[in-house]
Amino acid sequence: MSRDAARLSATETERRAYRKKQSVRSVFVSCASLAAFSFAVYITLSRSEGWTRVRNTFFDPHYFADSLPSVFHGLLTNLRVLFFAVLGVAALGTLIAVTRTTVSPVLFPLRALATVYTDIFRGMPMIIVLYLIGFGIPGLRIFGRIDATLLGTIAVILVYSAYVAEVIRAGIEAVHPSQRAAARSLGLTHSQTVRIIVLPQAVRKVVPALMNDFVAMQKDVGLVSVLGAIDAVRSAQIAVAKSYNFTPYVAAGLMFILMSLPFIHLTDWYAARLKRREQAGGAV
Amino acid sequence: MTDPAAPLLRLDGVRKDFGKTRVLRGVTLDVAERTVVSVIGASGSGKSTLLRCINLLEPVTDGQIFLDGEDISDPRVNADAVRRKIGIVFQSFNLFPHMSVLANVTLALRRVSRLPKGEAEERGTALLRRIGLESKAKAYPDRLSGGQQQRVAIVRAIASDPKLLLLDEITSALDPRLVGEVLDLVRELRGADTTIIMATHEMPFARDVSDSIVFLSDGVIEEQGPPEQIFGEPRSEKTRGFLAGF
Repeated sequence: MSRDAARLSATETERRAYRKKQSVRSVFVSCASLAAFSFAVYITLSRSEGWTRVRNTFFDPHYFADSLPSVFHGLLTNLRVLFFAVLGVAALGTLIAVTRTTVSPVLFPLRALATVYTDIFRGMPMIIVLYLIGFGIPGLRIFGRIDATLLGTIAVILVYSAYVAEVIRAGIEAVHPSQRAAARSLGLTHSQTVRIIVLPQAVRKVVPALMNDFVAMQKDVGLVSVLGAIDAVRSAQIAVAKSYNFTPYVAAGLMFILMSLPFIHLTDWYAARLKRREQAGGAV
Repeated sequence: MTDPAAPLLRLDGVRKDFGKTRVLRGVTLDVAERTVVSVIGASGSGKSTLLRCINLLEPVTDGQIFLDGEDISDPRVNADAVRRKIGIVFQSFNLFPHMSVLANVTLALRRVSRLPKGEAEERGTALLRRIGLESKAKAYPDRLSGGQQQRVAIVRAIASDPKLLLLDEITSALDPRLVGEVLDLVRELRGADTTIIMATHEMPFARDVSDSIVFLSDGVIEEQGPPEQIFGEPRSEKTRGFLAGF
């Protein structure tokens, strides 16, 4: 690079100097605006009447440290729920999406069922589904005592499968019909075509939307606490009940954020890798 | 069924409607084994539809299609089994963008013929070597030029040795400079005794490689004959008019 620089024309040297000046300038401007903004927020908060009280109730380092172990322990429950829910949603969501895109008249009842399913579970508030599953299924007294965590996981799967199915269906419909024609012309059966050709391309097309649902899901697993599962939210609640200080909630909130970060960046990285591999040319 | 004189493919009064549009109005045609038939005609004359019907990608509205004496237009035949015997190459390549070049070429060998992976890849690599793209085996289709992609699509279609190869205007989407390399490959296939039906706008090429030319106009065969006759002394007024445009 540096050896090439010697051979640059005067025009290019001047252009590079200009670009460099511009970028130094924009870094300086953004630093200055960030400082100004932070200062304004700080002044507003610290001059507000109840700031001291809010700070002591929500941001107390002592209670924070105190609640951390139990909240963290609870978060492991959330992670477990999340893990199984992701597997369940991937399977059920894909199944529903594929069912909805079939055309065979024989499958009409299934197709209708899938449509009704997505309508119901996208329309119903999550918390009501949790109550129905969490208190309704044990009420049937068929299975004996069921762990609240398991029931919560089932509710999360039911709700999120409906969203994910619609996203995947959009992806399936975005795969050009010529891809199916090419696959079938090679002798692949309908189900092979769906599995090997259509779904992999469909999922690639909707990775950002799926990611969005995943991040929403990883915080909604906190709702299993309403069924009595001792997760991060519930642990925080218990700590709050003991001290009347709300800091444990903030601790739980922070932990959920921390939990989501690696996933978000992992998917960004994966999407970028696919793009590099399968699409020539850069974005402008 | 086993009559050696019987044509590999026989079309008998094939009709195809799309809604109220009548695309094929009764096409009757015999294609003998190891011959190359070019279907020429204006855009919209039904060339692509004819090829898609032969490959059962579209069900016919009426008429029959016989492959090796078997009526493949019968809804009771296993369409997947029929398609295994027929390869098709599309105008827009239709390579699978999420698979490497080698995976594209070996897909049918692995998933339809169920060859072991090693054997399939050996055959796939040999095919890529034949078209000079062995070095691109691991690359993804988007990294290839149009001509390279179309050559890959051709070897993908012939990987499992189909009895019949359909070429649907395979050079129409290509940069003129890249047409030559694709046509050279087709010429080579002709030497390898493949039976080919191609829809094309490349008149000099059609004249050069075909045993028979079919001029399709408004969904019927207007004229059919050896290339010298069709291009040299066309009998039909419509054929003359069409060829005068080239």
